[in-house]
Amino acid sequence: MTDNATLIHARSLVKRFGDFTAVDGIDLDVRAGEAFGFLGPNGAGKSSTMRMIGCVSRPTAGTLRILGRDPVRDGVAIRARLGVCPQQDTLDTELTVRQNLTTYARYFGIKRRVARAKVDELLEFVQLAERADAKVEPLSGGMKRRVTIARALINDPEMVLLDEPTTGLDPQARHLVWERLFRLKQQGVTLVLTTHYMDEAEQLCDRLVVMDNGKIVAQGTPRELIERYSTREVLEVRFPGDDQAPYADKIEGIGERVEVLPDRILVYAPDGDAALVSVTERGLHPSSVLVRRSSLEDVFLHLTGRRLVE
Amino acid sequence: MSGAVAVLNYNLVGYRRTWRGTALSSFVLPVLFVLGFGVSVGSLVNTSALGGESYLSFLVPGMIASTAMQVAFGESTWPVQSKFTWMRTYHAMIAAPLAIGDLLLGDLSFLALRVVTSSGVFLLITALFGAVHSWWAFAVLPACALLGIAVASPVFAFTATVDSSTNYFAFLQRFIVIPMSLFAGVYYPISKLPEYLQVLAWISPLWHAVEICRAATHADHGSLWALAGHVAYLLLWAVVGCWLALRQFRRRLAD
Repeated sequence: MTDNATLIHARSLVKRFGDFTAVDGIDLDVRAGEAFGFLGPNGAGKSSTMRMIGCVSRPTAGTLRILGRDPVRDGVAIRARLGVCPQQDTLDTELTVRQNLTTYARYFGIKRRVARAKVDELLEFVQLAERADAKVEPLSGGMKRRVTIARALINDPEMVLLDEPTTGLDPQARHLVWERLFRLKQQGVTLVLTTHYMDEAEQLCDRLVVMDNGKIVAQGTPRELIERYSTREVLEVRFPGDDQAPYADKIEGIGERVEVLPDRILVYAPDGDAALVSVTERGLHPSSVLVRRSSLEDVFLHLTGRRLVE
Repeated sequence: MSGAVAVLNYNLVGYRRTWRGTALSSFVLPVLFVLGFGVSVGSLVNTSALGGESYLSFLVPGMIASTAMQVAFGESTWPVQSKFTWMRTYHAMIAAPLAIGDLLLGDLSFLALRVVTSSGVFLLITALFGAVHSWWAFAVLPACALLGIAVASPVFAFTATVDSSTNYFAFLQRFIVIPMSLFAGVYYPISKLPEYLQVLAWISPLWHAVEICRAATHADHGSLWALAGHVAYLLLWAVVGCWLALRQFRRRLAD
């Protein structure tokens, strides 16, 4: 891989706000055409990293190259080639959908006539053509998100940064956004996204990093991560009564790892059915049983813990 | 530069929707006020203290400057706060290839345009009522634009600094803007004030703009040196204000 094709290159990247270290020395390489994800709980440093990549926040220390250039010195030139879909919508809710896009096109120096055609094309792409002249304010959250995505594509960006693109959307809206993002990926656009939805990461990302407390705690393809940090299958058993803990002691030793939750016990095993047989052989009869494949969610919870981060 | 033009364009697109509402406060009400007040109260005023001018002719240039200040103040408080906090327009802009200077230059150009159009309409209507006595009156427009920038730029800096949970703007309005419009020579010459209040009038940018506007609309333009001094003072406010605004915008947007 040549340097030209490395769109994001970071070494020991640090971002501090006063005493607080949001990003604590991360290394990254994102190549052209990849869909790359940042996974992590709230406050893990995902958004701070995205803002540095988007050239709106200065790194405190370390090396960062975006599209091969220095984001501090060449921020304006780099941003001309990026598309940004921020976590919070930044649309002008008083303007129409079309006006939001045409005024934004001017920031990129796109001529009025060119912008008009581009806006029609993009609204078609995000399936909002019939709302082009509606004000943004009454639109649903999903529609606003799609307007923001259309706006991020106004300059035919080489790389699109999406900070939690589907947070707060209902399932239909999320699937529509995923489907559009997948199309972009097929067109060869590099996608960089943050999410705390595991299904989103599994659906969209070729490669991802898991962040916690400002550090990268794991990285790889979704499959690699599952293989490395979890077992192939998970057996979930639930026993009658409020306390699952006494049963856990009896299950101990089955599978590779056992985890007790307030309402059920998880047994991580290469073969869930075989694990279940072992459980019943010990004379235990769970009131409900589920055997499923391991998911990124298991990896995520294993790596970042079940503590609640607000 | 093209970035600032794009920001100005954004403001104009939004203004196309709201201009009717602002017309009322930007010149319709002030013009009605100045005509009603200037003619009625003016008939009771002994004009010898005003150098023989009618009270209406005295009041009009002062009110034009005072209205310009109000418009500039209004444009640099809630709309700017909204662009930081509610609409997050500035955040959208800096994600695009715009520099922070582009945002300020574009917004201040729009503000200057707003001030110039409202002052222009004000001037035109009052001229029809015989309150304007010189072709130099057109100089009121750049003077009001300068006053607008001088007032707005430090308020831009202030707005970039405060968070949205507290209403500082009502405080500024009540304790700075309104007193300034009362004590900066809009309604009467500041020579009628006790000396310590005159000092406050000298400090305020409004008084200097009022003096420029008055010199421009009256037949007697007064001393050129005094005018140059007023312009220089307003320029100083504008330059310091823009420097502060740029600094605070950078702090707020580019942590």
